[in-house]
Amino acid sequence: MSLDTLSAMRRALEAGQTTAVALTEQALAAAEANGDLNAFLHLDTAKARAAAEAADARRQAGEGSALTGIPLAVKDIFCSEGDPTTAASKMLANWRAPYDATAVARLRDAGAVLLGKLNLDEFAMGASGENSAFGPTLNPWDRTRVPGGSSSGSAAAVAAGIVPATLGTDTGGSIRQPAAFCGLTGLKPTYGRVSRWGMIAFASSLDQGGALAWSAEDVAEVFSVIGGHDARDATSAPGTIAPPGALLSAPVAGLTLGVPEAFFEAVDSALQGPLAEARAQFEALGVRLKAIELPFAGDAVPAYYVLAPAEASTNLSRYDGVRFGHRCENPVDLDDLYRRSRGEGFGPEVKRRILTGTYALSVGYYDAYYRQAQRVRRRILGSFTEAFQSVDALFLPTTPTTAFKLGEKRHDPIALYEEDRFTIPANLAGLPALSLPVGFSNGLPVGGQLIAPHFEEGRILSLAHAFQQVTDHHQQRPMARGAA
Amino acid sequence: MNWDVVIGLEVHAQLQTASKLFSPAPNAAGATPNETASAVELGLPGTLPVPNAEAIRLALRFGAAIDAALATETIFARKNYFYPDLPKGYQISQLDAPIVGRGSLSVVMPDGATKAIGITRAHLEEDAGKSVHDAYSDRTAIDLNRAGTPLLEIVSEPELHSAQEAVAYLRELHNLVRTLEICDGNMNEGSLRCDANVSLKPAGSETLGTRTEIKNLNSFRFLERAITYEIERQQLVLEGGGAVVQETRLYDPDRDETRPMRSKEEAEDYRYFPDPDLLPILLTADDHAAARASLPELPAAKRARYETDLGLTASEARLLASERSTAAYFEAALTAGAAPKGAANWLAGEIAAQLNRSGESLDAFPITPAQLAGLLARVDDGTLSSKLAKTVFERMLETREDADVIIEREGLKQVSDSGALESLVAEVIEANPGQVEQYRAGKGKVLGFFVGQLMKASGGKANPQQLNALLKAALGEPGEG
Repeated sequence: MSLDTLSAMRRALEAGQTTAVALTEQALAAAEANGDLNAFLHLDTAKARAAAEAADARRQAGEGSALTGIPLAVKDIFCSEGDPTTAASKMLANWRAPYDATAVARLRDAGAVLLGKLNLDEFAMGASGENSAFGPTLNPWDRTRVPGGSSSGSAAAVAAGIVPATLGTDTGGSIRQPAAFCGLTGLKPTYGRVSRWGMIAFASSLDQGGALAWSAEDVAEVFSVIGGHDARDATSAPGTIAPPGALLSAPVAGLTLGVPEAFFEAVDSALQGPLAEARAQFEALGVRLKAIELPFAGDAVPAYYVLAPAEASTNLSRYDGVRFGHRCENPVDLDDLYRRSRGEGFGPEVKRRILTGTYALSVGYYDAYYRQAQRVRRRILGSFTEAFQSVDALFLPTTPTTAFKLGEKRHDPIALYEEDRFTIPANLAGLPALSLPVGFSNGLPVGGQLIAPHFEEGRILSLAHAFQQVTDHHQQRPMARGAA
Repeated sequence: MNWDVVIGLEVHAQLQTASKLFSPAPNAAGATPNETASAVELGLPGTLPVPNAEAIRLALRFGAAIDAALATETIFARKNYFYPDLPKGYQISQLDAPIVGRGSLSVVMPDGATKAIGITRAHLEEDAGKSVHDAYSDRTAIDLNRAGTPLLEIVSEPELHSAQEAVAYLRELHNLVRTLEICDGNMNEGSLRCDANVSLKPAGSETLGTRTEIKNLNSFRFLERAITYEIERQQLVLEGGGAVVQETRLYDPDRDETRPMRSKEEAEDYRYFPDPDLLPILLTADDHAAARASLPELPAAKRARYETDLGLTASEARLLASERSTAAYFEAALTAGAAPKGAANWLAGEIAAQLNRSGESLDAFPITPAQLAGLLARVDDGTLSSKLAKTVFERMLETREDADVIIEREGLKQVSDSGALESLVAEVIEANPGQVEQYRAGKGKVLGFFVGQLMKASGGKANPQQLNALLKAALGEPGEG
């Protein structure tokens, strides 16, 4: 069996049983074999091979760190110097970033071998991966289904065994929902933990970078490298991240997990079995479960779909055809340049959100929409804060369903928006949240979600790690491409 | 019909920081277009703004100087509009919770009276780039060097009532920001620029009339002329039975008129909202105290000190204290030993006249304050008559040498040696017996003839007071006739 987890690769590298070059070749071959998934928008084999050789040299010199020589890939919303960085938009089809995102630079500095850029919903707007200007990504567990979104390629590339971990971003669930659909562990850290410098903005007050991998152990490894203060992001939280060992080793016996029953009742019946078993499993680990209520949770989706588009509508104003990105042919005047460049460059979902957001910020509507949504946001934070008075963390479903069919919800934006109803509250409150595999339903992975107070990533990573010591859901793999 | 004129000014002052408001790129003009525009100023995807702490300190210093309410929490907001030289499609500015709240500025008005003009607020914002229309024949070029330059927008209350009052206010503000060393005040280069809101209302009426806004006035003269024109224009409209349209207008100095730019119907909805890339900035009592402690002596305090401590007249004090470089020059001359009155006279007289002729600023004046003090010392000790002092001054302008060097080399010393003068007097009396006769016969004014002859004989170097005394001693009092 080939090495497909970050920890196994690391151990093999440290033991001299493999090399970065060998792991990179394995990853490139897997990427090619899984080309039909459309997980990668850009694969730079030459650069990857050079990085792998450099990583081997570092390890041979007795240098390097846990990630040195590990093949990884990042969502194509992270800028990487000299590479195409498209945000899966026609608008940036030919744009190359002149700098690395802080998270990317930190991976490089750690010696990771970056294979390329992963597909996503355009500008991270979507929950299925189908909004990419460069075609949808398929779910390795069932190629007729979506891998979730917006970090669609980030989830598919790990689930298909191409790379052991990836970077994603999560504005309303974009790491956790694809992790759930693809049987992975995905962490959205506390807002401010991972620098947004070089991460193309969707909704600045909600966007947060994080990692997807098979296990909490592997996620912690990546998180501890990419996280920590960055002076180039004014919203970056102070302080550094604890080493992975510390993130994973908090005692879990005796912790109290709040379970908002209303959320469990709202999921598809196919998910209820695995979620119930997961609750029992946590109890078996010595965790107390406590039923709680999260008032205002029902208002999260409407508030989110005012705030996120409002911020997006102005974040995306810079794509005007003047300095970079798509420019229409032969504009007759300035107005024509703007209209056609933006009209041609943006996809329909992006346009929908720009329009919604522009409306919400307009004179006469600002109070009714934007200000009201901010109020709801504060109340949601308040109800979490109150919940954390009596519980250490929360456990709830990640998604209402398992991975749905490609095209199933493409023409029903509201149904797609509802996909995020269990994940959005943590973004609105800026809380760390993690999705982990808790079982399967009809051969499709089911995810459960842990949410902790601000800056307590270690608590939910430790809970997930303890859970994964006694379960094997995270060790299940989809049938490999080309296997019998 | 009589009208009351109501004017409020919005002044944009570029702050003198090393780097831009939201990036480490240099806050400098840049030799070539776009040289000082970093990825942040270009608005490249993934870039983020980080506030410049120095810009915040300078804004607080201004607030302290106008005795304003300083913010404890200040918020940056996005002002959204599309324009090619606005790279992000929004300007980072402030709407609610500006850094400087209400304060006031003491302004010396044209009639000499001092009046406190309310300042509504002052807020930080980033400057836009420039559209360059004349670089290519059929295209517009964009230069983003100016983009991201920190601006302090200072908004006055509508408490100015004539073009001249508006100019007096702007001069006071100009002097203040220069004195505070937060802005170089260079209006030609746009470091300080001004929008004027102008309206008329029937004399005594409580209700404000409809206003127009004249944009981008970059000199005191244009401010005065634009407002003067606009007042007349609005008066004609109103007296013709029409209504003033609320609109933005531009002043054309070539035709000396204002023209509409855009009307309110076309006014954009800027969709202000708090910038989610920037957290609210919390300012502590220590920050406020540091701003107050950083204040130099302010112009109003200077004026008072010049009058009471230095014994200058009100108009002298005003002249010297109302322009930063004049005050600096004056005080440097005092430090070098000049007497206040003498230095004030020279600054108001010869030096002002010379600057007027040359069109230069005092900063580039060829005679240093210490050299002026040196010149005045030679007047005070009797070496130079005031006439000779002017001659030496002219020489100093040309050669930039010290007064003593010139006096020595050119022998311009006033002759006060009474021995030398006495023999001169004797010579002149002997050479002019007729005039001596007339004087003794009672024609007192003949004394003037002797003085003239003696000045001529001494090459203008004789000390006139001493000369008079010697002559009278030699000739006696004029006869009774």
